[in-house]
Amino acid sequence: MKRALRIGLLLAALLVSASAFAIDPLPFKDAQQRERFQHLTSQLRCLVCQNESLNDSNADLAKDLRHEVFQLMQQGKSDDEIKQYLVARYSDFVLYDPPLRASTVLLWFGPALVLLGGAAVVVLTVRRRGKSGTAEAPAAEEEW
Amino acid sequence: MSRALPLAIFLALVGLFGFGIWWNAHHDPREVPSPLIGKPAPAFDLPVLGDPAQRVSKASMLGKPYLLNVFASWCFACRDEHPVLMAEAQRLGVALVGYNYKDEPADAQRWLAQFGNPYGLVIADRDGRTAIDFGVYGAPETFLIDAQGVIRYKRIGALTPQVIAEQIEPRVRALAGGAP
Amino acid sequence: MIPELGQLALILALLMATLQCVLPLLGAWRGNATLMAVARPAAAGQAVFVALAFGVLAYAFLSFDFSVAYVADNANLALPWYYRFVAVWGAHEGSLLLWILLLNVWTVAFAAFSRHLPEPFAARALGVLGFISVGFLLFILLTSNPFTRLLPMPADGADLNPLLQDPGMISHPPMLYMGYVGFSIAFAIAIASLLGGEMDNAWVRWARPWTNVAWGFLTLGIVVGSWWAYAELGWGGWWFWDPVENASFMPWLVGAALIHAQAVTEKRGTLRAWTLLLAIFAFALSLLGTFLVRSGVLTSVHAFASDPRRGIFILGFLTAVVGGSLLIYSLRAPKVAAGKAFATLSRETLILVANLMFAACAAMVLLGTLYPLIGDALGLGRISVGPPYFGFLFMLLMAPALFLLPFGPFARWGRADAGELGRVLRIVALAAAVLGGTLGFLAWRGSHEFRALLGAVATVWVLSGVVLYARKRWHEAPAGRRYPAELAGMLLAHTGVGVFLAGALLTTALSVERDVRLAPGESVRVGAYDFRFDGVQEIKGPNWLAQQGTVSVFDHGAPVTVLHPQKRTYTRGQVQTEAAIRPGAVRDLYVALGEPLGSGGAWALRVYDKPFVRWIWSGGLLMMLGGFLAAADRRFRAQRAPQPAPAVTSAPAESAA
Repeated sequence: MKRALRIGLLLAALLVSASAFAIDPLPFKDAQQRERFQHLTSQLRCLVCQNESLNDSNADLAKDLRHEVFQLMQQGKSDDEIKQYLVARYSDFVLYDPPLRASTVLLWFGPALVLLGGAAVVVLTVRRRGKSGTAEAPAAEEEW
Repeated sequence: MSRALPLAIFLALVGLFGFGIWWNAHHDPREVPSPLIGKPAPAFDLPVLGDPAQRVSKASMLGKPYLLNVFASWCFACRDEHPVLMAEAQRLGVALVGYNYKDEPADAQRWLAQFGNPYGLVIADRDGRTAIDFGVYGAPETFLIDAQGVIRYKRIGALTPQVIAEQIEPRVRALAGGAP
Repeated sequence: MIPELGQLALILALLMATLQCVLPLLGAWRGNATLMAVARPAAAGQAVFVALAFGVLAYAFLSFDFSVAYVADNANLALPWYYRFVAVWGAHEGSLLLWILLLNVWTVAFAAFSRHLPEPFAARALGVLGFISVGFLLFILLTSNPFTRLLPMPADGADLNPLLQDPGMISHPPMLYMGYVGFSIAFAIAIASLLGGEMDNAWVRWARPWTNVAWGFLTLGIVVGSWWAYAELGWGGWWFWDPVENASFMPWLVGAALIHAQAVTEKRGTLRAWTLLLAIFAFALSLLGTFLVRSGVLTSVHAFASDPRRGIFILGFLTAVVGGSLLIYSLRAPKVAAGKAFATLSRETLILVANLMFAACAAMVLLGTLYPLIGDALGLGRISVGPPYFGFLFMLLMAPALFLLPFGPFARWGRADAGELGRVLRIVALAAAVLGGTLGFLAWRGSHEFRALLGAVATVWVLSGVVLYARKRWHEAPAGRRYPAELAGMLLAHTGVGVFLAGALLTTALSVERDVRLAPGESVRVGAYDFRFDGVQEIKGPNWLAQQGTVSVFDHGAPVTVLHPQKRTYTRGQVQTEAAIRPGAVRDLYVALGEPLGSGGAWALRVYDKPFVRWIWSGGLLMMLGGFLAAADRRFRAQRAPQPAPAVTSAPAESAA
């Protein structure tokens, strides 16, 4: 919440963000667990920040939630269980990787629709242009 | 037709942006609705502020509805909210329970001594672990919990007289009338 | 008095812009040479006044004129002069002025280099540019005046956000805006050709160098921004898929598609409508970025202070410019397919498919960026869309384009030689499998990340195609004409794609990140290196105090470098982390300082081993150079030579639509 006061004056077209970032030494069991933790927290959103992941954010709440994730990991919870744990408390908003639901069908399949529509146009164009005359290569090899 | 398609898509986008401007002018973009509304409040077991030996749990609070107000001495918005609570606490018709969030007990007690204590009971969550179960992400927040321990309503941000009159009082009356 | 002069200059510039917009368009319509001749002087006059306004604002910063609210908000007495100058574009109002200034730079350049064009055509294009200027000048005068006075005048100002007090701030915004604004030329040329009904291929030839240069600047702007985020934010990341980054990436994608489509239309006369549409889209997306950034509609780490009035104004302007141009497009775009026919297997088809992937990718980024807003609008609840979504779909959608990339240059216009493409496929596949596979396996062994393998294979795939084609030209084309600038630019840009791929995928796969607590004398091993923390001391800068750590890096006991990460506290109390980086061709070593932990001088530190991270930006720079080089091709200038600047005398012949 304290960070909320700081919003506003940042120049936008610039790659800018809140100044201090999260350095949070945690006692991981091994490199594998550390990487899993980094991967997981970078997919979770810090609720109180403008647009930062738990991994990046220095907000107080982000730190608490990071530690919570760490604890859950020590208890042997899987990534999905940890995500569910947070979703149950904070809603889907915490997930940067929105799960496929009725509300996100358009998000996940929209690009495929665009692609299919575009592909149909491309196929039609190529067919039509193939018939519109004899396709000839340019005479001079230099014209590349 | 196909030549007008880009224009049509663009106009739909303009509509979306117009909506976005309107929406942002009327909503706090930081507000994330809680998924806990209509669900049982999480189990908790926390000490009373200033009296760590005495503990309050979800079970001990069952039987009567109450308003759980998350506050902290470090929270500026809570200071703005505080006079409203002082003025309205008696008229709410429901017990007002303070939830001291991530605060030094001494700071919180000094704060209450200075600005007044509108709460019938204050519980302290020093490390904020239980607050995560409640989905708290910043003070002030306020939960309305019914006699069965179900969360009926959550306010994110400061309570105002208007919010109390329009959002909280009708719900409190409904609870008192027995209708859920 | 001087700040009022700046405001006056803006008003006069608006007047000039209005003249530049209205009279030439009218003249071109009525066939009136006198009216058309207004375009260039009006553009020059406008540029003078805008430059004057910009100079006045810069002077206000340099002379500590805190009676100007914008200066008082973004500078103080302790700020060094170079950052005071940079502070001119440090917030909304001034950056808008920079945008207008650069629009004028482009307009004047176009006015100067368009004398060989038919006069009605140049007049229409300049009129369109004038219209854009009018919109932005009105925007700045009505909603975002940088010269507003602050009374009483404060003794000292606030501060420029410490994040912006960085060398990146000097070049990133101007380069990025050069790119955004540069697309206005291709846009204006497209609209001029739609208005005039000049549907032959000449307009595309005129537009091509402008598009390439604008795209090159945009690439540079994005590269600098990415590098800056990496070095300054201390996150060690280089791309976050934040809405504001996406706003710059969408015009880049469409610009890349446009460059390819323009080549087809210019050389073969086909795909004219599509090329026109892309020219409109590239600039529309630049404007859209402005809207998203400044209206506060989306949540971003980079957002400007939002003000609904500004949002409404830009939305209105966006509707006028983009809606208007799409309306013109829907009415006047060529309905009959023209140009030379092409077979299914031809360069045209390959470029068309690549274009489709670029466009689908831009649509995906747009959808993902706007989806949270769509979620609000449709009552779907609050939705976050972030890097996992964008990264996944981006890779998926770009893969076909990358697959086709080696074949593009080999495929001949009209009809490609299937046998030759088959031969290329065999060689490239063999190279990717053997060389890429070996390198990839070596990288994969360390990390067990499939992306390491993928990165090596994809890079070799792309680069071997480029090398193969360069070799073919060497053997087959006559000496001296082997690598004309346009072709060399293409090869360079495609090399950039390969280099970028290696950087992006290998960095992602092989980076090691450690957050550690170190007491003085303790060390940590990250990758193959030992980082020894030698304590923290206090040092003083022009307007900050810093805790500066000393970290010595060793490779198996041999000293490699000594790094000095800082944690600065600026005069106004803002804290800023300055990471220390040892850059390298194969890896960056990166240390950032966190918080002191307990007594005994221990600190939290973040240590990175970032292999190949420089390749990301090197690839981007190669793409930029490719864009610039291609724009320098003699072919694009050839037309001016035979008719040496007849200036305004050309006949006012109304080209029959």
